[in-house]
Amino acid sequence: MDKKPSSWISHIEAFVDSSRPPKQQAANVDAIAALVKNDLLTLEALVRDMELYLTTSDHSIRARGILLLAEILNCLMSKPLDGASISSLVEFFTSKLADWQVLRGALIGCLALLRRKKNVGMVKSSEARAVAESYLMNVQVQSLAVHDRKLCFEVLQCLLEVYPEAVEMLGDDLVYGICEAIDEEKDPRCLMLTFHLVEILARVFPDSSGSVASFAGDLFDILSRYFPIYFTHPRSDDLDITREELSMALMHAFCSTPFFEPFAIPLLLEKLSSSLPLAKLDSLKYLNNCIQHYGTDRMIKHAKAIWSNLKDVILNHSPHKTLFSTSELAGNMESEENQIAKEALICLQTAILHLDSLEKNPILSFIVEDEDIEMKFGLVSNEGTGTGISIESRRQLSAVGNILSVSSKASMSGCTRVFQKFFPRLMNILEISASSSSNGCNTNNGTSSLNFGALYLCIQLLASFRELILTSQDFSPQVITVQDGWWCMLQHFSGPLAHALGSALMGARSSELVNNNTGHEHAIYEVKGLQVLATFPGCYLPTSEDVYEYILVIFMSIATERFEDAFLWKLSVKALIEIGSFIEKYHDSYRGISFNRIVVERIVSLFQQDDSTMPLALKLDAISEIGTIGVDYMSRVIKLLEEAILSKFLAVCVEGRLEAAEILVPLLECYSNRVLLWCYTSGNFDEVAMQFALCIWNQMESITIFDKDAKIQDLFDRMMTTMKLLVGGCAEENQSLIVRKAYSVLLSTSFLSEESLPFSSSKLEGLQVTPDFVNLSWRDEWIVSLFASVVIALLPQTPLPDVKLLLNVLTTFLLKGHLPAAQALASMVNKWHVNIDKSEVPNAYTLDEAIEMILERSLLSVQSSSNLGKSDLLNKDERMLSCLCLLNNNSSFQSNAVVGLAWIGKGLLMRGHEKVKEIAMLLLQYLLSNPYKELHSDASGSGDSLDVHTSLATSAADAFHVILSDSEVCLNKNFHAMIRPLYKQRFFSSMMPVLLSSIKQSCSSSMRVALYRAFAHVISDAPLAAVVAEAKKILPSLMDSLAMLSEDVLNKDLIYSLLLVLSGILMDDNGKEAIIENINTVISDLIRLIFYPHMMLVRETAIQCLVAMSALPHARIYPMRPQVLRAVSKALDDRKRVVRQEAVRCRQAWVSMA
Amino acid sequence: MVTGLINANPIVYERKARQVRSAPTNIDEYADEPIDQQEIFDHIRDIKDPEHPYSLEELKVVTEDSIEVNDKQSYVRVTFTPTVEHCSMATVIGLCLRVKLMRSLPSRYKVDVRIAPGTHATEAAVNKQLNDKERVAAALENPNLSEMVNECLAPTFA
Repeated sequence: MDKKPSSWISHIEAFVDSSRPPKQQAANVDAIAALVKNDLLTLEALVRDMELYLTTSDHSIRARGILLLAEILNCLMSKPLDGASISSLVEFFTSKLADWQVLRGALIGCLALLRRKKNVGMVKSSEARAVAESYLMNVQVQSLAVHDRKLCFEVLQCLLEVYPEAVEMLGDDLVYGICEAIDEEKDPRCLMLTFHLVEILARVFPDSSGSVASFAGDLFDILSRYFPIYFTHPRSDDLDITREELSMALMHAFCSTPFFEPFAIPLLLEKLSSSLPLAKLDSLKYLNNCIQHYGTDRMIKHAKAIWSNLKDVILNHSPHKTLFSTSELAGNMESEENQIAKEALICLQTAILHLDSLEKNPILSFIVEDEDIEMKFGLVSNEGTGTGISIESRRQLSAVGNILSVSSKASMSGCTRVFQKFFPRLMNILEISASSSSNGCNTNNGTSSLNFGALYLCIQLLASFRELILTSQDFSPQVITVQDGWWCMLQHFSGPLAHALGSALMGARSSELVNNNTGHEHAIYEVKGLQVLATFPGCYLPTSEDVYEYILVIFMSIATERFEDAFLWKLSVKALIEIGSFIEKYHDSYRGISFNRIVVERIVSLFQQDDSTMPLALKLDAISEIGTIGVDYMSRVIKLLEEAILSKFLAVCVEGRLEAAEILVPLLECYSNRVLLWCYTSGNFDEVAMQFALCIWNQMESITIFDKDAKIQDLFDRMMTTMKLLVGGCAEENQSLIVRKAYSVLLSTSFLSEESLPFSSSKLEGLQVTPDFVNLSWRDEWIVSLFASVVIALLPQTPLPDVKLLLNVLTTFLLKGHLPAAQALASMVNKWHVNIDKSEVPNAYTLDEAIEMILERSLLSVQSSSNLGKSDLLNKDERMLSCLCLLNNNSSFQSNAVVGLAWIGKGLLMRGHEKVKEIAMLLLQYLLSNPYKELHSDASGSGDSLDVHTSLATSAADAFHVILSDSEVCLNKNFHAMIRPLYKQRFFSSMMPVLLSSIKQSCSSSMRVALYRAFAHVISDAPLAAVVAEAKKILPSLMDSLAMLSEDVLNKDLIYSLLLVLSGILMDDNGKEAIIENINTVISDLIRLIFYPHMMLVRETAIQCLVAMSALPHARIYPMRPQVLRAVSKALDDRKRVVRQEAVRCRQAWVSMA
Repeated sequence: MVTGLINANPIVYERKARQVRSAPTNIDEYADEPIDQQEIFDHIRDIKDPEHPYSLEELKVVTEDSIEVNDKQSYVRVTFTPTVEHCSMATVIGLCLRVKLMRSLPSRYKVDVRIAPGTHATEAAVNKQLNDKERVAAALENPNLSEMVNECLAPTFA
């Protein structure tokens, strides 16, 4: 300590010097605090050495000194200190509170000491009281600056929270002092604290004879000035306080003590009638909270006032739109109006619940006896039967409905009273008599539309009643043991009501429903009413069994007959599903039986009939919806669908009824999109999928002869997709089950079963020589395709049987141009197991061997069918290539081989295998092979072979697209492909130099076109970031390829993607440099593309690129300006509007640069 | 310069919602989309009034109906209504309209900009001035005027 006294003294000096920057001063504090913390300096020594600074008569130095000490204490919050030093420090700071020049330091010091935790030495409670006393005597809070005020409030808060018993003794002095301190506060940060202060203060003095009780008026007077909070600071403000937070804090302060009641309630009720929506909303929220906090005794006397105020708000602010539950736009955008109504209803509910004394609920009585309600009720419930309800009465209607439903939802007693009062009258208006006969449906003598107002209210009542039973049932199992009067009433009425609703629903003509909204509304509430009646829980069902069944029958008849009216149909199906889910949820087996009988059976039989009256899509909708009710239902639906699919499949493939395919495709779609999805979420996917996949394979096995025409591409694709989904979602063991099954079926194909197993090598040879000799039956084709789908979707770890054979078969099909086979092969090589133990499986291939074999097969087979011997050529690649080129008359083979290679390359690339390079080189050589050389040697049929070559080169170029693009059909995440990160980048960077150099070397134009095509595919499919990084190298070729490819109409999509690459380059700093270097070509190429006739997007993008280029350095682009302007002016007359608009922008951009 | 504003307190009308053209589902690449009223209106609706921070659309100086266009005959006529009768800004507004259309339409178009009959004190004079090529060109040579025009047109290119 003695060694370097000067070092920390200098820190003190630096801090006291107020001219230093604040950052440096903070560093000084930290330095000293660190010394103390590490016991290199004791606190006593520090204070002793600072004596001069702490006691000098120079105010500024003293203030700085004390501030330093306080800040150091602040840093030592967690360092244990002994009681004596804390005492002396507290005493010191307490006394300094009287010294206004050093107040800030004193406050910070007090705060730092008061905030100390027990384990590191706390301030004693007597000392805390001394602090409070000194504070009350000396500090004039409101005369201080914001920062100091905030500190003052924090000190107070700390005292109240940590030493309540110490400060409680101060009594009135404390409360008065706080009143004085918080009076007229305006800063939001401080306000948050003051509101909180009041809240804690009320906690410290809870007694009715306490100080808060006596000062309640004054305190509330101070608080009430802030209500409602008006705060318009933007959110980005550094205060970081929102209006909502302030309002919440104030609300808590309001609710903190019941002594505020005489002042708060009148104020809130008064503000409730304010014209400011915000004030209304706030008062409702506050009122709601206050009712809960002030207690019933205090609030009961306000009941009448609260009710009448709430009534006004609800009646005047109820939204009229909520009646349209169909229109979605009202729902998501909650207007202030809606919020007010919502808050008011919540408040009403609280009031009903809380203001309930001596079994007498004043609010409820008010509601039931209210004249306004009575009047409105009469008014709206008699309002027009059907068309043309004015917005105003709509509003009234929803208001009354909401009030009634809230009051009946609140409690059993409320429900009883409301029900007794209103329900009979509603029934009266609806002309429903409580006849017990089930044929009471004729009461509304022919007029099929019910009174809408009454209907609405009635349904609201029933719904809230049902909700009440549902919620109270959770607490006590027997709610309605006593058969109340209203309960009997409900039982009496429910039957006729259901009949009336049902007949109204059936009577409404569909044209009415389509044409106007009122029809829709009627339907909504009629359906809802029936649904509510049918979903009362268990023994509380007011309706008898046959009424319940009647409801189901009504819905079913709509679902089966009224399908041309989509709205009504959807409503009733939804209602059925709701009823079903309700039964499922409450395990109501008794009603479940009739539900099954009436609904499920009916829909099932409907589905099984092949009558064409009901559209298939709706049938599928209904049945898949039914399935979502529960597992049992779904398993039924699944069975049904599977049967249907299999039978239709038979119909198509064996009997050749092509029209069945039109049914089969949507069936499959429904199955794979909805059913499988549901199974996936509910977790029994594996079993379902495995069963069905095996079923399909069994079916395939049993069908021996396929109809000739049974190859419909759409159906084919759907079937394969379904199979992939089925297999892809299964676990490993199920997959291997499916694979084995599929394999056994595969072996039964005609081309494999002709010779006995084991598969002889001579057979293989035979296949090799002429791959298309195998005249495939349709069955074989189906089987191979489905088998390929299975292979595509397998997990990597699922074992495949007899890989050698599979490779052979698939390769053969690949050469026949069978795309799924190629994809399956690609999936196989992609997921190939690397670590196969050779000793265990002796004839297993390694991946390399497999690839080698595929390559040999696919290429050598072509060769051997030509007349060349194998031995003539030296290099393998050269050999393969030349034979391909000679094979002019067998072009489809070559293209097929190229496509197959591309897919296999893709599979290899995705797993990051080296062999992909070999394949890429092979593809490149197809591109590079010069057809003219061959033409010279081959005198005959030159034109023909040229065509062949170009098509081959084109498919080789397109192979790059296959390799780099993402496929939805195979090799993706869903089908468990192995995907190395950044594989596209890797391919891009390895291929790009090769492609660029071969473009440079190429001599013939047709070869160039092919090369550019490949190049275009590679750069447009590679990730943009990788391309942009190479911008300098590729830009010239990019421009050339744009120019070259734009000659052919067929390339328009490719050109568009190239332009997108170019615009990506334009957005990058690195890329911009490259553009500037080639500015002439870029601009002239873009100008040419402005007039590209075949695609609007190309023209538009080209102009957008030019706009972006106008921001490049002036000196470089200025020379191009006339050229660009001339072109763009012409584009102003483009045939497409979008292009013209871009041209206007572009022209302006280039004109204004001058 | 005039010290006070000519129309210190203009009525501001609500902006019409931008009509989004429904994109046809199958786009025929080679079909023509002729220039129509709405397109012309889209060009000029955002021009800023020379003395207020409002667009001509908001002040109802131009409306969609005040535009006549015939794409086949390459002719367009815009009739605008100054906010007050004695508005000396009418010429500037007209100049803005003309310049904007000149820059946005193909060169084959003949542009005619007029004041709505009976809405301005010196209607004939302004009309003559606006449709005189030489005078328009001369006006644009004036750096003050051209700066003003460019400022008014700036929002239309956003």
